[in-house]
Amino acid sequence: MTTENGKIDKSQQQLDVRKLLCPMPVIKTQNAVNEMSPGDQLIIIASDPGTLEDIPTWSRINGHKILNIEEIDREITFLLEVGEE
Amino acid sequence: MTEPKQTPMQRKAVALISGGLDSLLAVKVVQEQGIHVEGINFYTGFCVEGHTHAIRKKDKKKQKRNNALWCAEQLGIKLHIIDISEEYKDVVLNPKHGYGANLNPCLDCKIFMVSQAQLMLNKAREFGEDKGFDFIITGEVIGQRPKSQRKETMPLIARESQAEDRLLRPLCAQHLPPTLPEREGWIDRTKLLDFEGRNRKPQMALAKHYGFDDYSQPAGGCCFLTDESYSKKLADLWQAQGRRDYELDDIMLLKIGRHIRPAPNYKLIISREEGENNFMEGYRKQFHTIRTLSHPGPLTLVDGAPTTEDLQYAATIAARFSQGRDAETVEVQIDRKGEPSIVTKITPMAPQDIPKSWYI
Repeated sequence: MTTENGKIDKSQQQLDVRKLLCPMPVIKTQNAVNEMSPGDQLIIIASDPGTLEDIPTWSRINGHKILNIEEIDREITFLLEVGEE
Repeated sequence: MTEPKQTPMQRKAVALISGGLDSLLAVKVVQEQGIHVEGINFYTGFCVEGHTHAIRKKDKKKQKRNNALWCAEQLGIKLHIIDISEEYKDVVLNPKHGYGANLNPCLDCKIFMVSQAQLMLNKAREFGEDKGFDFIITGEVIGQRPKSQRKETMPLIARESQAEDRLLRPLCAQHLPPTLPEREGWIDRTKLLDFEGRNRKPQMALAKHYGFDDYSQPAGGCCFLTDESYSKKLADLWQAQGRRDYELDDIMLLKIGRHIRPAPNYKLIISREEGENNFMEGYRKQFHTIRTLSHPGPLTLVDGAPTTEDLQYAATIAARFSQGRDAETVEVQIDRKGEPSIVTKITPMAPQDIPKSWYI
């Protein structure tokens, strides 16, 4: 994927954890992030409202950034950027 | 020229974090001594955390936080959450040390969790003595739990988990023989604590001292297996299946809805509110389902091997929980797995005709 100015975009992956209840969405996020590199981005799509609290908390304590959270109907989409180890 | 002063190696500990006050304090006590701590939290499938809060509407006002994550943030430590639900089956189905008051295998559970932490220690040490963790911390307190936290069980857990003297219980260490981290001087034993018994006041005072004031205090612990009504449902599941086993979906569904068993070959799971209804919708394809068409009502899943007559009978029970409970007839739709749906009119069963013994 390239951006408008022609630079190579950071690797971006998607994780669908809809219908899973906490802590499974956090565990799946953790396992996905463990396979990624600093600066990579992960889009997480969840349906458990508990993720609104848990995914940002998990990201903060493990040094990752949540760049965006979007909540439409019962679906929550997070954009996470993997931090430095 | 003087030799450069050698700085002592930073010692590292891994702590079992349940999300409760004891493990929170145990880590804090050890952190105060300059030890680097990281947490692990195990997902067994029976954890009270999250699930029911997410499903049930009545809990919507409750803060939907995961207490283990909350503790980790308070402590400023990393938390590794590990899904052990598959391996954990053996602990629940074949506990060497038996169950507590319900189907809670607390002692085997503790041994299992400490042994998982011990595996992490061993694995890390393969990469060198200075890699990974040096010891394990738990928030155990002697005399706090009748089954698992007794003076006799402390050495037993250390031995059977193979953690041996790398297992430190900072909250009651003064009552126990010195462990490796104490003997090696990584930890000053005199700064560890001497808590014992069921009195929670010392923990609450220590929490106040450290400035923790919003910690979780679950009345029945953090595991559904300590819950009497949940254990009854699990025992009923094993009896109905004719074998002691479970899938993750089974144990999830035991957490929600009304469970009514009119006959050995099937049971009804009737949602109690919108949140449960939404959650159970996800299971529609795996079960026979009943819904009322003429009146608003709950979604009902039928588990087992019911006949068509059984399903029609089940519909009269399901309709009793709909808004048509007092109506002469209620129109229902019965969706049978892999067979055509049936739309029919039935008379809701009168409440007094549903024996109490059917409620699991």
